Amino acid sequence: MTTEVLQPPESTSIPPDETSSQKELNEVVIRVEGLEKSFSDRPILKGINLEVRKGETLVIMGGSGCGKSTVLRHMIGVLEPDQGTVEVFGQDVQELHEDGLNSVRKRFGILFQSGALFNSMTVGDNVALPLREHTDLSDEIINIMVKMKLELVGLREAEPLMPAQLSGGMKKRVGLARAIALDPEIVFYDEPTTGLDPIVTGVIDKLINDFKHGMGITSVVVTHDMNSAFRIADRMVMLYDGRVVAQGTPEQIRNTDEPIVRQFIDGKPDGPIPLRLSKVDYETDLIGLIRREKAERYGE
Amino acid sequence: MSHAVGIIGRGFLGILTYIGGLGYILFDGLWWMVAGPIMRKGRLRGEETFFQMVRLSFKSIGIVSLVLFFVGMILAFQMAYVLKSLGVVKYVADIIGIAMTREMGPLLVGMVMTGYAGASIAAELGTMVVSEEVVALEAGALNPIRFLVVPRLLAAMIMMPLVVLIGTYVGIFGGFIVGVAFLDMDWYEYMTHTLDSLKAIDWLTGLIKAEIFGSLIAVVACYEGLSVTGGAEGVGKATTNAVTRSIVGIIICDLVFTALFFSLL
Repeated sequence: MTTEVLQPPESTSIPPDETSSQKELNEVVIRVEGLEKSFSDRPILKGINLEVRKGETLVIMGGSGCGKSTVLRHMIGVLEPDQGTVEVFGQDVQELHEDGLNSVRKRFGILFQSGALFNSMTVGDNVALPLREHTDLSDEIINIMVKMKLELVGLREAEPLMPAQLSGGMKKRVGLARAIALDPEIVFYDEPTTGLDPIVTGVIDKLINDFKHGMGITSVVVTHDMNSAFRIADRMVMLYDGRVVAQGTPEQIRNTDEPIVRQFIDGKPDGPIPLRLSKVDYETDLIGLIRREKAERYGE
Repeated sequence: MSHAVGIIGRGFLGILTYIGGLGYILFDGLWWMVAGPIMRKGRLRGEETFFQMVRLSFKSIGIVSLVLFFVGMILAFQMAYVLKSLGVVKYVADIIGIAMTREMGPLLVGMVMTGYAGASIAAELGTMVVSEEVVALEAGALNPIRFLVVPRLLAAMIMMPLVVLIGTYVGIFGGFIVGVAFLDMDWYEYMTHTLDSLKAIDWLTGLIKAEIFGSLIAVVACYEGLSVTGGAEGVGKATTNAVTRSIVGIIICDLVFTALFFSLL
């Protein structure tokens, strides 16, 4: 095991055997079926069906509050579905007990929206934590691996720093180094580029692409940053109002006539997704107010 | 009428749920403390536990000593006021000794620790929940109870009796200073009175209380911290709740165990 992990990951992609790669690409690693979820009686997900295939980058996009992060949290087994199933590596996440769930979890890594670094530990310890907790590797080897992972995200020098000393973009990069510490098969990204400047956004996108080509990592990216989405996606899924409204390749999505998707890509303020979210008609609402006031004043 | 019953019932249910939550944290914590390492499910985090022990003891011993020292002095003056009229001022030493070991030591250290350690544990864990660190632990196949609660609970269980022991000594010393400086007692006389009055059982009950209060503070603080919802405001609320609920819990436990010791021993 140690010799295998010590090999630096290839940064240039070597074209693998055509037929085997074709077969691998079709293998489904995550399957979500009929997923429904409500929070305090407010339905967030209303029956989501989607698949993630091995080696691909699937982008889940949609506006704020459409439930895309909620889908992600079901995939990592933090939330339990009200209805439907979530299968990761062919195992129903909900059926698994803690041990089984944890062995699935060791096969994936997650980059959280805020980076979610452990603030009481140095950058180096943050990246080392999964290795210390889940492997029997000696400290020397872990130190080497931490350096390697940090080098991949270009932050080797930051090892002794505390997370509070890092900028937002650096935190995300360190979070990424921690996510890939255990050489995962799948990496989940929760809004990886939100709040970053265009250059750092480009860096994160490049890293996501590098991980796919260099290490064959399957990626699930939740984002509403369309530029970034088109740069990294092999397939895209658009969520709106708790449902999948469109899915396809970036080309298909870019050229679609589906009005919701069009509005989203073009960033139009009004359309099938309304500008004003109030359900009661404005006029009725105002007239109702005036009537009520009159009634109170004149005792009608 | 039925409305009032409903409110009372809901309040009672709420308290039961809360106690259930505390029990879950406590037993899961104890499981990961003892059975976890034995069954090789997950090791104990020694370094982190040591760090928490330092935080609970060395960093709080100053303020604990200060409070107990002054309370010892105050208690000596107050007792002298009563005992002087009876002509038995020298019994101040006996009373201070027994009051400190059996009651004031554990109780006051518990109160100080609630404000000192309980609040900071709740705020720390609450902040971790808000910044997604706890979800990151879970998703990284690391159990938050083992990772966060066990070091804090274990540290409190180990250090609380020690801090109470030191605090009690300091409190008795405060009384001693007053006795010798203001009440015209001979220092040797004061010492013998204190030592003669104290039995092993007094120390034992005091330390049992210390152990219980320590666990209570850690469990309440962890529970409050881990159940934070809704950002910075939630953290503030959890911190306040950790302190007030720990204090109520300590007082209730104190009464229960004092009554128990009184009738049994």
